[in-house]
Amino acid sequence: MATASARNGAGTRPGYVRRFTATERVLHWTHATAFFALLATGLVLYVPSLSIWVSRRDVVKNIHIWVAVAWFVALVFVVALGNRRALRETWQEIETIDRDDRRWLTGRRARQGRFNAGQKVNAILTAAFALVFVVSGFFLWLGERDHRFLLDGAVVVHDTAMYGSLVLLTGHLYLAVLHPTTRHALRGMTYGDVREDWAELHHAKWAAAVREDAVEAPPVTRAPRPGTIRAR
Amino acid sequence: MNDRLIGRAGFLGIVGAGVAGLFYGRQAQSWVSRVLPSEVGALVPTSGWRIYTIGSGMPNLRPASYQLAVGGMVERPRTFSLAELRALPAARQVSDFHCVTGWTVHNVHWAGVRLDHVLEQVQPAAAAHAIRFVSAEPGYQDTLTLDQARLPDVMLAYEMDGKPLPRPHGAPLRLVIPDMYGYKNVKWISRIELLPRPQPGYWEQHGYDADAWVGKSNGYGFRA
Repeated sequence: MATASARNGAGTRPGYVRRFTATERVLHWTHATAFFALLATGLVLYVPSLSIWVSRRDVVKNIHIWVAVAWFVALVFVVALGNRRALRETWQEIETIDRDDRRWLTGRRARQGRFNAGQKVNAILTAAFALVFVVSGFFLWLGERDHRFLLDGAVVVHDTAMYGSLVLLTGHLYLAVLHPTTRHALRGMTYGDVREDWAELHHAKWAAAVREDAVEAPPVTRAPRPGTIRAR
Repeated sequence: MNDRLIGRAGFLGIVGAGVAGLFYGRQAQSWVSRVLPSEVGALVPTSGWRIYTIGSGMPNLRPASYQLAVGGMVERPRTFSLAELRALPAARQVSDFHCVTGWTVHNVHWAGVRLDHVLEQVQPAAAAHAIRFVSAEPGYQDTLTLDQARLPDVMLAYEMDGKPLPRPHGAPLRLVIPDMYGYKNVKWISRIELLPRPQPGYWEQHGYDADAWVGKSNGYGFRA
């Protein structure tokens, strides 16, 4: 069974399995960097006490808008120049909420794939919120210039997406940085690989698929299979 | 149901809700604020306000040396210190503040002086039909017709929610005209002039309506 998840698993150093391609990692960190810049400038625009403290609203607003543009352009570049097949396969994995995921989400034990169901939900919501931010932010910008496009819900939607994202971010940061048993995942998102035993414990279904794949086509030392060259 | 459709449905559902919110977000928000206990609303760090300026900073006017100049087409042009304004009959009102960009702050407690009482002091000329408010924020000014300015709840406010008007809200003196959107409620007023007819204000030069009635201007109220 040479699934996408299994393909991502092989071709790395002993004791470790590859979890993310470079494209996925660059995409993640591009989004993360832009998110923090947009959050910081957005809060200055939104919270009056911060507005007084910074006072140069025009500058902050321009930074906010241009960071948003830069973020969007950067994402387009990463997708255009990166490993689009890996991205497509990853998104397909994320979209698929199978029976084990549904069991996991209702608090029962279930073997998980490369992404557990919580990670899938987080990724789906993050992507959806990003699109909602773009659409509502665009109308906030346009409505100020041409009031025929002034939609009084745009500010409500932008705020709601911000609150939703803050909830997601809090949980995501806790699990990725603080929580002792899950924070090894940060290594995966930074260097691309994770420990085999950790994968076995947290992502058993994926770990099994990786093993099966390795048996099917044992990788020749120092010569990764065609499927993993793309993973860079 | 196909397992893959579940995640996709979630994604499209959120995006669809966001797009619907562009049109119905305000109704949804007021419904939520009625359903939720008021303590939840108090957690919002803005208390509902957004502070907009057109320039690079907020004017910093000292209340002690503040002088409001009232001139133009009047019989008796003069200036008012804050103490002189406070000596005029005080007015108090509780009103909702609506911004044209879509947010509202309910039940703002204002204290100040009715614009009418100030006009009595300077005696507008018979040919004056408009009144211009010039902000200490460079470039910001706005005009009302004299009829609009004489609506009963129009005031020059020096207190907000029981405290001296804070700097982000236009300290020490701002216009309050609750029936119109926020951009008509000039902050940091430094000068008032009576004119023969209205002139376009700062935002009106950027395409917003001069008669900025809440819910009946700037494209609102016509869609329904």
